Amino acid sequence: MLRDLRSSAIAVVVLTLLFGLALPALFTGFAQVAFSSQADGSLIKVHGQVVGSRLAAQAFTRPKYFHPRPSATAPPYNAGATTFANLGPTNPDLAKNVRTAALAILKLERPFNPGLTIGDIPVDAVTTSGSGIDPAISPAYAELQAPRVAAVRHLPLARVRELISDNTDGRSLGFLGEPAVNVLELNLALDREGSS
Amino acid sequence: MTGQGIAQILVYAVVLIALSYPLGLYMARVYAPAFRVRWLSGVEGGFYRLVRTEQNREQDWKSYSKSVLVFSIVFFGVLYAIQRLQGHLFLNPDHLQGVPSHIALNTTASFVTNTNWQYYGGEYTMSYLSQMAGLAVQQFVSAGVGMAVLVAVIRGFSRRSSQELGNFWVDLYRSLTYILLPLSLVLGVILISQGVPQTFAGHATAHTLEGASQTIARGPVALMIAIKQLGTNGGGFYNANSAVPFENPNGLTNFLEVISILLIPAAQVFMFGKMVLARRHAWMVFSAMFVVFAVALAIALPSEQHGSQTLRASGVNITQGHGQSGGNMADKEVRFGIANTALWATATTEASSGSVNGGHDALTAYGGAVPLVNMFFGEVIFGGVGSGLYGMFFYILIAVFIAGLMVGRTPEYLGKKIEARQIKYAAVGALFVPTMVLIMAAVSVVTKSGLESIFNPGAHGFTEALYAYTSQANNNGSAFAGYGATSFSATFGTVALIFGRFAPLLAALALAGSLAGKKVAPVSAGTFRTDGPTFVVLLVGVIILTAGLMIFPALTLGPIVEGLSH
Repeated sequence: MLRDLRSSAIAVVVLTLLFGLALPALFTGFAQVAFSSQADGSLIKVHGQVVGSRLAAQAFTRPKYFHPRPSATAPPYNAGATTFANLGPTNPDLAKNVRTAALAILKLERPFNPGLTIGDIPVDAVTTSGSGIDPAISPAYAELQAPRVAAVRHLPLARVRELISDNTDGRSLGFLGEPAVNVLELNLALDREGSS
Repeated sequence: MTGQGIAQILVYAVVLIALSYPLGLYMARVYAPAFRVRWLSGVEGGFYRLVRTEQNREQDWKSYSKSVLVFSIVFFGVLYAIQRLQGHLFLNPDHLQGVPSHIALNTTASFVTNTNWQYYGGEYTMSYLSQMAGLAVQQFVSAGVGMAVLVAVIRGFSRRSSQELGNFWVDLYRSLTYILLPLSLVLGVILISQGVPQTFAGHATAHTLEGASQTIARGPVALMIAIKQLGTNGGGFYNANSAVPFENPNGLTNFLEVISILLIPAAQVFMFGKMVLARRHAWMVFSAMFVVFAVALAIALPSEQHGSQTLRASGVNITQGHGQSGGNMADKEVRFGIANTALWATATTEASSGSVNGGHDALTAYGGAVPLVNMFFGEVIFGGVGSGLYGMFFYILIAVFIAGLMVGRTPEYLGKKIEARQIKYAAVGALFVPTMVLIMAAVSVVTKSGLESIFNPGAHGFTEALYAYTSQANNNGSAFAGYGATSFSATFGTVALIFGRFAPLLAALALAGSLAGKKVAPVSAGTFRTDGPTFVVLLVGVIILTAGLMIFPALTLGPIVEGLSH
């Protein structure tokens, strides 16, 4: 017993130092040298100022921007406190939230999308994401928003669609995952378009 | 479900087998006494001297168990202390305070038992020191302990007329340095290259395009995520786990992370086959696991693609195609879609990983029943690193025993006679945890303090409670995450975590101890063959009859009621 206790105490100290401090320190050093941008959180800078991360959604409410999916974090799109919404499939609050989100989309998009009905809204547009900071929307939801953004920005719809396609992450290696439109990068591309 | 989704899953299965088979053969070599890496043997010898052991000093099952228990208890104390004191320690750039006692207690039990249930909220509760030198160390070590115990148990089958099962410190050291460490480094580097952070800098603050301020949590993430996936741990750096893009940025990382969940558990089946010189039998065990896996996925995937009642009634478009993956996208991420989230949910609950890439509370009724039943089987369909296969041995012995009863003959397994004592250990190992789960879930839904944790109304709320205790007792760690932490649920859960880990672990070691001393009898015409498809059918049948029937009544109160309601 005493013998096990002594061995354990030594092993705990040794393993904590090796696996808990030395290893992460070396690994972080390597990461900072080899992949510094990714290792720091894939931050995007404009004129030297950090405007976000390509891996985190941020709030967009203005009509000239593409909007991300709903978020359950507090406040929404809090990349410092990620969370699921945790509403079960039969929870009445889920029905209420989906309906509220769908009506808001119809109200916002209909002026630019005559004849838009609830059946045209893709499901990712009205459901919270897993992380609360899903940086992407489906190509279908981007397509739905494209006429509004084009009209507000006085850009040809074709140009907006081109930008959507430029900022769509296809499947990794061509077949892993699902196509996803990065909202922040798309909006940054649109802002650049306006200023040029 | 389109060909695209199914193709991704088929590739998954092929890659899993292609990687786990050679890894299993390598692992069998690592644990052999003669194994030596010349340029590292000085370090290895140094470690053995430090912990005052010698490579060839072997232990019987009682001594081995004692080392496992004492080691786990000492680590328990250290991990608890780190969390409580983190506010006063270094590597805390965001100035987080000490973790509250009931949360720290549950989290400590959770990580020492290889569960990684998260009552805490990763990025906003734990300092970098707690994450890295506390939790991530346990992710290596608790996995290493499970792997060591499995090897000891296998030696019980492979040795004859012996009392010894190996040396715990040697098995632990080799699991850590020759298996978990190199795999984690490889996976970690790939993850960083794809965008998983690895930094000591505190959170970043962004000034968003619309002029708001956004906090972006980061830290030493990549290495922790690698071992979290490979060691069937599951406790993420971030609260929303591998759904968060910083843990899992794209389709490639998702694929590698979900492969990593099952990689070592699957490899251990092949390792076992090599160690006991019964490769055909190992393939049959693998096949039984694979069959259950495939059936589970075949239920979960269409359920999620079909969507929930609420989403179907809402009128929005949930049909796959035309630029969306459709289905039940609630609490799921666009870049993974339905196929990859359903695959992950199935894999993570068959291994005792519990990491998630989408919220399980929001799964459809039947889509959520699959993870629940997977866990209730005792985490033996591949299962946790080490614990999965030693858990499976309980079912294998029961299967062999039943076959023996049918032909009226003392059953044998791998040449060893299986007698009353072995069957008692196997029965305890197989039945203790499910019995405990049902009792604890029942208590938690009839007591006032238990009910406070429930978040969703109706049948789903009951499923939350059932899921919580099934997950903790089987050391999975995934959650219907609406289920809240109260001091009652955290303390009660701690009991589930500890007994769920150590009762089967001790039963397995006792079983191995009782087998190691036996002689090997020659195979005769009356021996039930464990290297053919009949065995696969019998084994799957036994799992369904024992654990499946135990949970069925509870399923009717939870997911089945919910699935039938509108």
